[in-house]
Amino acid sequence: MTSPLQQKIKITGPSVVTANRTWDGVVIYRDAHNGWTTDLAQAAIVRTADDARALLAESTADDVGAIGPYIAPVAVNDNGTVEPGNLREQIRRKGVTIDLPASA
Amino acid sequence: MYAYDEIDRTLINERVSEFRDQVKRRLAGELTEDEFKMLRLMNGVYLQLHAYMFRVAIPYGTLSSPQLRKMAHVARRYDRGYGHFTTRQNIQFNWIKLADLPDALEDLASVGIHAMQTSGNCTRNVTTDQWAGVAPGEVEDPRIWAELLRQYSTMHPEFSFLPRKFKIAITASAYDRAAIKVHDIGLRIHKNEAGETGFEVLVGGGLGRTPFIGRVIKPFVHGRDILSYVESILRVYNQYGRRDNIYKARIKILVHELGIEKFAAEVEDEWLATRDSALTLDSEVVEDIRSRFSYPHYQKLSDTPDELTAASADPHFARWLKNSVAPHQRTGYAIVTLSLKPVGGPPGDATADQMDAVADLADKYSFGEIRVGHEQNLALPSVARRDLPALWRQLDKLGLATPNVNLVTDIIACPGLDYCSLANTRSIPIAQELTRRFANNDLAELIGRLHINISGCINACGHHHVGHIGILGVEKNGEEFFQITIGGRADEHAVVGTLIGPAVPFAEVADVIEDIVEAYLALRARPDELFVQTVERLGVEPFKERVYATR
Amino acid sequence: MPLVKQGKIVADGYIQVADDAEIPVEGAALIPAARFLADPEALLKRSGPTGVIWPNNRDPEELVPYLDKLAVVALVFPSFRDGRAYSQARLLRERYKYKGELRATGQVLRDQFVIMLRAGFDSFEVKKDADAEAFAATVKRYTVFYQPTGDGRITALHQRMQLRHAENAR
Repeated sequence: MTSPLQQKIKITGPSVVTANRTWDGVVIYRDAHNGWTTDLAQAAIVRTADDARALLAESTADDVGAIGPYIAPVAVNDNGTVEPGNLREQIRRKGVTIDLPASA
Repeated sequence: MYAYDEIDRTLINERVSEFRDQVKRRLAGELTEDEFKMLRLMNGVYLQLHAYMFRVAIPYGTLSSPQLRKMAHVARRYDRGYGHFTTRQNIQFNWIKLADLPDALEDLASVGIHAMQTSGNCTRNVTTDQWAGVAPGEVEDPRIWAELLRQYSTMHPEFSFLPRKFKIAITASAYDRAAIKVHDIGLRIHKNEAGETGFEVLVGGGLGRTPFIGRVIKPFVHGRDILSYVESILRVYNQYGRRDNIYKARIKILVHELGIEKFAAEVEDEWLATRDSALTLDSEVVEDIRSRFSYPHYQKLSDTPDELTAASADPHFARWLKNSVAPHQRTGYAIVTLSLKPVGGPPGDATADQMDAVADLADKYSFGEIRVGHEQNLALPSVARRDLPALWRQLDKLGLATPNVNLVTDIIACPGLDYCSLANTRSIPIAQELTRRFANNDLAELIGRLHINISGCINACGHHHVGHIGILGVEKNGEEFFQITIGGRADEHAVVGTLIGPAVPFAEVADVIEDIVEAYLALRARPDELFVQTVERLGVEPFKERVYATR
Repeated sequence: MPLVKQGKIVADGYIQVADDAEIPVEGAALIPAARFLADPEALLKRSGPTGVIWPNNRDPEELVPYLDKLAVVALVFPSFRDGRAYSQARLLRERYKYKGELRATGQVLRDQFVIMLRAGFDSFEVKKDADAEAFAATVKRYTVFYQPTGDGRITALHQRMQLRHAENAR
């Protein structure tokens, strides 16, 4: 695997690092305290390629806790709330866009 | 049914115990994700958008009622109460925790069910006709050979790390329900002049980003030689298949780059050195496997019992009977397809309660046996025709009697971006909208046989290339768009569909499909000219005009 | 990297000669394929056992004339996902009847030990110490084998036939 330090990283706006938690697969975000959170509002937000690279490198180093960290775009609203930046990330955060089959 | 013996059960249990240890090492940090990934994949464990996904094999699409109940148990206990039947005779659970997987596997092992090689670069679940053993006119039961190949390919010491995944399908019927022409190896059972069983062997079929229809590499391989012949193909592929580019690593690319003649010659050379080996199947061994398939004790019954005649006065029952019930090898019996395509539902999903109920119905009406087909529906393979009205009433209550088998709303779809981390677009909502548009049963019946296949990305898990209408999701500037192909088919006349024009946005897909269907209804030469036949006769132009004239 | 041979961790007596290094005149040495094939007769006359490091994209048939004189053939797993050396191993053992040491090198993890043994390997350069130490326990994990290979283990199909014949004889 290419280390994030060697990867070319481009970001076009505010971004977070996201991954899945190893033991249960749940969606997680890197926070600003060297840990992970399931709450996007608690995620560390980066705005430059250098910061993104550093956050990704730190995230990738935790191979035991998280699978496949990557940089994902977010939108920061005027009131400071954070939203996923694309459909894929919206689905990862909010779940499937359909009704799950339910036993009667 | 094939009954696992102590030997098969031992292996499955040994595999569960190995995987338990691997999960433990992964969670303790002794295995990196890079190392663990191939190991978990070979036990059916993927990572999707929200969670792990667990793919369990249903070898040759045959399940016993206790096995189906155990699937329901896994759905309830470790997942969210439902499962998804796939296009390759597997079931998937979408929300499972890695830490729970060894227990789930152990529960399944107690009924002889496993997840071995449902992913990874190895030989996948060997699939066949879901009507095997009951289809009228089949040459012989293909499951005997599927089981021999299952055993042969399970934990193969040479072919567990192939360049890419490897899929084998077998058919023994004139009408190919196993889609053998779009598999890495397709096997068509037939007999030689001496009446001996053998196989027409096809190689190099496959979908994905570069679709190919399989080519015949050998017209007749004797049954006793099938393992050595498959081994020869795998050995050539293992050594020469490309490993530099994942998108060019399937055997279809090797066959294409070498040419079928050269590839066949390589295999033939290898086979000359391999054929007289311990892989040769003497008839005693084949008969031993055959003897462990048990068949129902059929009764002598009428094809036209009074119960059936009386119930046929009900137009709802009559419609279902015409649509979902097929002839059986035995007089007085029928094959019943259970549609997992209700209006507005995700194709191929079944709740745990439905699974339990189907298991009960199988016990009551079908000798405890359930089948799973690549069209993502279930079947009860041996139902006495006199029981059909009673069965229908109960299926109807369960939402499993939608009379749309092989019709426009019997849609094959991949999980798409709602679940899958590879997807570019969603698939299920498109399928749901289409089932609503064509919910009128009279209209669907008027249209006739029409297969719609939807894939949320170029990997083509929804087999869009071979759908009569294929829908492929692509991303354009962050928006979901869909390319439409028409004229594909997956059966014995398999062909890749033709793109009709520029991709259309999410919100317009259902309108476009309606336009295509209306064009077909106006253009068909006779009421029984199928959609694909009209496309074959007229080409895509008239459809293209209809779709894009006003867009 | 620890070497496991006959089921035990042992000291590796072989020097692995780099592509540009001088080939030692004496002592046990593993020589890269290209250099070996450049002058096999001379190299096989060295004093001391001689082995060859064989890449996974080269046909092992080229080694056939020398197999009875080679002490070691070392096959390579550049990544554990790359399974070409399994085919090479079986060809060397089963088709070309190679009897010397067949060594697995590169990315060798405990999770491959069983299939490597079945393919004909009998020595293993193991990536992790813990895996080398777990060798004996790991290879006992499986007792059922479906395919016939040159390792002589009885296959499930034949085990069943034996059971059946024993039952019939009773």
